[in-house]
Amino acid sequence: MSLIEFSLSSYNEVLKNLIRHVELVGISILLGILISIPLGIFLTRHKRMAGLVLALAGTIQTIPGLVMLGFALILIGIGMLPAIAVLTLYAILPILRNTYTGITEVDKSYTEASRGIGMTNMQTLFKVEIPIALPTIITGIRLSTVYIVSWATLAGLIGAGGLGDLIWTGLSTYNTNYILAGAIPSAILALILNGLIGLLEKILTPRGLRGSRV
Amino acid sequence: MSGALLQGILEHMAIVSIAILISTVVGVIFGVISYWVRFLDSVILGISEILQTIPSLALLALLMIIFGLGNITIIIGLVLYALLPIVRNTYTGLKAVSPHLKDAARGMGMSKMQRLFKIEIPLSFPLIFSGIKIALVNSLSVAVMGVLIGANGLGTIIYRGIQSRNMETILMGAIPVVVMALAFDFGMSKIEKRLIKRAK
Amino acid sequence: MIKFENISKSYGQTAILKNISFEIKQGEFVVLIGPSGCGKTTTLKTINRLIEPNDGKIFINGKDITKENPVELRRTIGYVIQQIGLFPNMTVEQNISVVPRLLKYPKQKCKEIVQDLLKLVDMPYEENAHKYPSELSGGQQQRIGVLRALAASPPIILMDEPFGALDPLTRDTLQEEIKQIQKKLKKTIVFVTHDMDEALSLADTIIFMDKGKIIQMASPEEMLQNPGAPIIKSFLSKQIDNGSNGNGSQKLFAEDFMRTKVLKVPKTSRTLECIKLMSSRDVNSLVVINEDDTYLGTVTIEKIKEQGQPGKEIADLVTAEVITVGRKEAAQVAFDKLLSSESSYVIVLNDNQTVAGLITRTSMAKALGEALWGEVQ
Repeated sequence: MSLIEFSLSSYNEVLKNLIRHVELVGISILLGILISIPLGIFLTRHKRMAGLVLALAGTIQTIPGLVMLGFALILIGIGMLPAIAVLTLYAILPILRNTYTGITEVDKSYTEASRGIGMTNMQTLFKVEIPIALPTIITGIRLSTVYIVSWATLAGLIGAGGLGDLIWTGLSTYNTNYILAGAIPSAILALILNGLIGLLEKILTPRGLRGSRV
Repeated sequence: MSGALLQGILEHMAIVSIAILISTVVGVIFGVISYWVRFLDSVILGISEILQTIPSLALLALLMIIFGLGNITIIIGLVLYALLPIVRNTYTGLKAVSPHLKDAARGMGMSKMQRLFKIEIPLSFPLIFSGIKIALVNSLSVAVMGVLIGANGLGTIIYRGIQSRNMETILMGAIPVVVMALAFDFGMSKIEKRLIKRAK
Repeated sequence: MIKFENISKSYGQTAILKNISFEIKQGEFVVLIGPSGCGKTTTLKTINRLIEPNDGKIFINGKDITKENPVELRRTIGYVIQQIGLFPNMTVEQNISVVPRLLKYPKQKCKEIVQDLLKLVDMPYEENAHKYPSELSGGQQQRIGVLRALAASPPIILMDEPFGALDPLTRDTLQEEIKQIQKKLKKTIVFVTHDMDEALSLADTIIFMDKGKIIQMASPEEMLQNPGAPIIKSFLSKQIDNGSNGNGSQKLFAEDFMRTKVLKVPKTSRTLECIKLMSSRDVNSLVVINEDDTYLGTVTIEKIKEQGQPGKEIADLVTAEVITVGRKEAAQVAFDKLLSSESSYVIVLNDNQTVAGLITRTSMAKALGEALWGEVQ
């Protein structure tokens, strides 16, 4: 069966897995953002803990995806839940690190000025620190997303579905069509998301921070 | 069992080392090309970025179609995957060398090659080294997936653990991977800091 | 208006402020000056409670400031810092109106404030309000920094070396502007600087500090006539020597106009090292000295490029083309030599032939300008 015939006949299956893939990625990234940004901000206020927490998150990042999924499979079982748990864990580090460094690297003169003119800590955070750090934070989200799209292909192994399911079927039955049907859309998805978030990064950079001056 | 573990570690290291070695050579060459040939830089950097953006399982599966099952395929996959940090850091490092120094080297009659090997590469070495570190640490983790396309290494132990739902077996394979990754990260970061200090 | 009562501040064992008391009257322009580490900036920052003293009390209009909410207190005191600290993510208009907006002024009022203030410094609203700080020059940025402090019309303004990072010409203009603004709006200003020139031209009252204590608090005239301590004399000495009028020139020596920061390298340095150094400091020549620190000559980047070999010492490339003068030589002689020379600077030597400094065409021009027209008042 040629690839074209295959695509026509399994159109629905590919689409279904693509949607599932996007779901897995979207939910995990959202959870990752909800956990990492507040945690990152918290760490900038408690720098003593920052080293430890970032080192821990860094260590989690070095654990291969296959291993994490194995753990989740044994501890939680099969399905979407363990996959999302693992993917969320992977989403944390880049966003966390970039939130932390982004805010930490905001020049002291800005925070001194904001305090000196009478902004509360919250106002300093939301009006000065976060807007200036925003491009860095979004870079973190972009890195996380690319990671997660990649690791999500493994989720097929524990029955969570997604494009990895097709690749996996292809690999275990030596069916090239299945491999291509999973690999090509997942690659395109990763590239598109990378590009879109990159664009968002540019749009959300405050105009005063674009260009040469830092 | 410890024999299998030792074998797994050695295979894993061998696969990653070969891949990083090739990747360093290829990556530095491409880095230099994109530095020399102005209009190629965005092409080369763009392709390396695309290669790294493609999900690893997808890339490996596609390579499997071309190169078949086995260690060669995972090595090729790792090489492609490791290119970006090395190419990018080589390129940025070379670009960052002070124009005065380049001028002076040219004024003293150094050829393009002499400038590259005597001035430009030595001065950008700390950054290139940091690229190699990132590539290596990353590859240790990605290499585990080799098992899915019939390669050896610690992935085989981990995968056996997953299939038999045996936590201990998974850990036995996983711990060496994580320890190696952290050890290389730590050790090479130290060297990197020393290199940067010396360069100043 | 502002009253300090026995204020002390220390960090661990180090005492920064030792029992400071003074009073500032309404509408007064007070300059805090002294060597670095004397406590002047700390004193300033206790006023808006960015730093809390360990001991003593500060009153503003008779009210103990520790009884007030620090955030609200700061909104009633203008604050300008050296690094300017304009928020890069906000436009000029947003930066100026940031405090009024914190105080929830109506929108129209905020806009009026911005328009009025921009008029004050001759920066048309239409042209400037929607720019970002990165699109302005350093001087314009600090003008906006000052306007931001004025926006909620606070009676008191604190300025922490606000013009320290600006080039001398811009600094002069801004000094004049701030003096005008103060007279017009009748603000009480507390101003920190380490530049006696600036203090003399701005202050109604100068508070001279050293090692956490007030050494003298006096008007500029009085301080010039009766400096209260040797250290004040040494701060003033430049002003007295310069004479600040056209007749002082015969008293001037080469050393009065030299820059003392000179890049010196030993003659055994290697070519690449020198080039690296030049490129990192953005200069195109270096002063070369012998092993005993005496002056040997200079080496230029062109010379190294033309004749240098990698890894060789620079000794062979050194030339004595640049003219030298003794530090006690009359300034006029030094200037004549500089004008007739090919080089863009002359080197000033100590009596023992070591390098004391150099005079550039810029430093000469500045000195001549001052001699002709006096200091800008």
